[in-house]
Amino acid sequence: MKLSKVKVVAAYPITPQTSVIEKISEFIANGDMKAEYIKVESEHSAMSACIGASAAGTRSFTATSSQGLLYMHEMLHWASGSRLPIVMAQANRAIAPPWSIWTDHNDSISQRDTGWIQFYCESNQDILDTIVQAYKIAENTGVMLPAMVCYDGFELSHTSMPIEIPNQRDVDNFLPPYNQKNALLDFEKPSAHGTLVSPALYMEFRLLIQKAMENAKKVIDETALDFSRQFGRDYDSQVQCYRCRDIDAAIVSMGAISSEAKEAVDTLRKEKLPVGSLKLRVFRPFPAEAFQELAKRVKVFVVIDRDISFGMEGALFTEIKSALYHLEEKPLVLGFVAGLGGRDVRVRDLTRAARKGLDALKKGTRYPKEEWIATKEVVEE
Amino acid sequence: MTWIKELPKEECILPGTTSCIGCGAALSLRLALRILGKRTILIIPANCTAIIQGSYPRTTFTIPVLNVAFASSAAVASGVLAALRVRGISNVNVVVWAGDGATADIGLSGLSSAAHRQENMLYICYDNEGYMNTGVQESGATPFGALTANSPGGKRFFKKNMPLIMNDHNIPYIATANISYAQDFIMKVRKALTYSGFKYIHLFSPCPPGWRLPANETVHIGRLAVETGTWPLFEIENGQFQLNAPSVNLLNKEKRKPIEEYLRIQERYKQVTDEEIKIIERWIDYEWAKYSELQKPGISQLQGQQ
Repeated sequence: MKLSKVKVVAAYPITPQTSVIEKISEFIANGDMKAEYIKVESEHSAMSACIGASAAGTRSFTATSSQGLLYMHEMLHWASGSRLPIVMAQANRAIAPPWSIWTDHNDSISQRDTGWIQFYCESNQDILDTIVQAYKIAENTGVMLPAMVCYDGFELSHTSMPIEIPNQRDVDNFLPPYNQKNALLDFEKPSAHGTLVSPALYMEFRLLIQKAMENAKKVIDETALDFSRQFGRDYDSQVQCYRCRDIDAAIVSMGAISSEAKEAVDTLRKEKLPVGSLKLRVFRPFPAEAFQELAKRVKVFVVIDRDISFGMEGALFTEIKSALYHLEEKPLVLGFVAGLGGRDVRVRDLTRAARKGLDALKKGTRYPKEEWIATKEVVEE
Repeated sequence: MTWIKELPKEECILPGTTSCIGCGAALSLRLALRILGKRTILIIPANCTAIIQGSYPRTTFTIPVLNVAFASSAAVASGVLAALRVRGISNVNVVVWAGDGATADIGLSGLSSAAHRQENMLYICYDNEGYMNTGVQESGATPFGALTANSPGGKRFFKKNMPLIMNDHNIPYIATANISYAQDFIMKVRKALTYSGFKYIHLFSPCPPGWRLPANETVHIGRLAVETGTWPLFEIENGQFQLNAPSVNLLNKEKRKPIEEYLRIQERYKQVTDEEIKIIERWIDYEWAKYSELQKPGISQLQGQQ
């Protein structure tokens, strides 16, 4: 956000997001970042303050995690409904009870329907690059929606990796200053925001958001391409492929697990097994077309969910099946729930899942239910 | 001293709002905005004013207005202020216009935090002593004994004293006000704007349908509220408490009108027993004991040190 020249930051501390806001306050104290940092008393107020700042035409930022994100929920809707391009860093952490400070995606997956664009990152470089892109996408006049950049708590938030920090001038070229046509501060032609809307008009406001999400897909691709050209790091599409030539099966994942998935693919490839890896960069808008396209050459999708929608299955599993339902030739889709509350997802868990996918393909077996990886037998007492 | 007839003529509320007849809030807001003027950004959480401004694409306001979620107004206003600072825009009044539910209950944490940070806003709580917009339910500001739709026997707890809660936030200006004393109210809005930092005005706001009061009694009930000592008019400037003229003599209990005069014209108190009236009287005495204490000079002033 320093590179993105954010002007207003409002945040409330929660593990494992704290390192972000500590660093920001340091940047501001040192004069490295010219911004206002509002130390609010809750995440609800953090998002509220971002909404005020953004409505008044400044680039604003917050960061949170887990319970904090849930506490913000009401205002997440308010931000997207107001069409404010706020960007948030979101360290994924499991939801209590029981208390857990370790990662899984249930916090952000629960915010799926809030009208926020959701990115998931695999590495620290990915986080930095995605935040810069997120502002450009969110502020695109054809989009004007907030975006959250999700990354696994501790696995990414508290690990160090060498990263390349782009120079400020290049970022400035890529991301010009935020220049909102700003109705709130127009005292000559004043307007009221967020007023009551009758049933005769409400649906159209919702349709506009839906269309903006559709638009966002194109803008995400264009922005990624633009970024790749300027900075030489490849964010070619909404679903990134790894060793996907001539494959039958693909491991599908989001976030830090995607690194393990690549290792699993390397292992399987040594055995000449036709397996590749697909990483979703974006969960909302959902890259349905990308999966429909991939389905032309992938026969079985092995979906790893680091979340669970209780009473159904992993959210990714549902959405991928839904995206492929209208195809004449439907590929197999297997769903696995793994890594909840920071449970280690090992390479061998993923190779085993992929082998099961290949086996299902050979035998033509369909698995309508999700499978939980590496869980112990449990009985409710 | 500014007389009402000397106020700027320009209205920031167009005629034809959908407020109820005798609405104290609409009356007060109209008057306040004539002082606040065109360079005002009004932040309105969920409350009657969110409705009486009319529905999209129309609005009754001729100033920028941001309607926000119930608990969020003080934080949103803080964000707006931060944006104004980084954009170098000055001479703008950022004003929150919130009801008592948004202030004393759901928004208390955000309000407390914004006051604690000395955000340069004017926060006006128009207190109609309940959740009127949702059909008259009990709030933290509903007085003891009052009937609401969800307190059939009358409220069992005492009203929160919001101005004194705000007083523990070391803010430069706090005042209570009452539209029946319009001159006093105008003076307080004016004075609030001269202070930098967080300003809080707690406004008595009669709600005829909610209080089951004839609509032509709005101004009368406001007078009685002050005269019976139910609604003292005071200011706290830089920590210095001061009763205002209509209330200044009421430290002496004898000078207060009997509370029955206030209670009996409101149907929301129709069921209160004599015993309960005694409790209400004791509560009023208890509140006045606090004011009497605050009235004493010598309270240390922290102003300018944060």
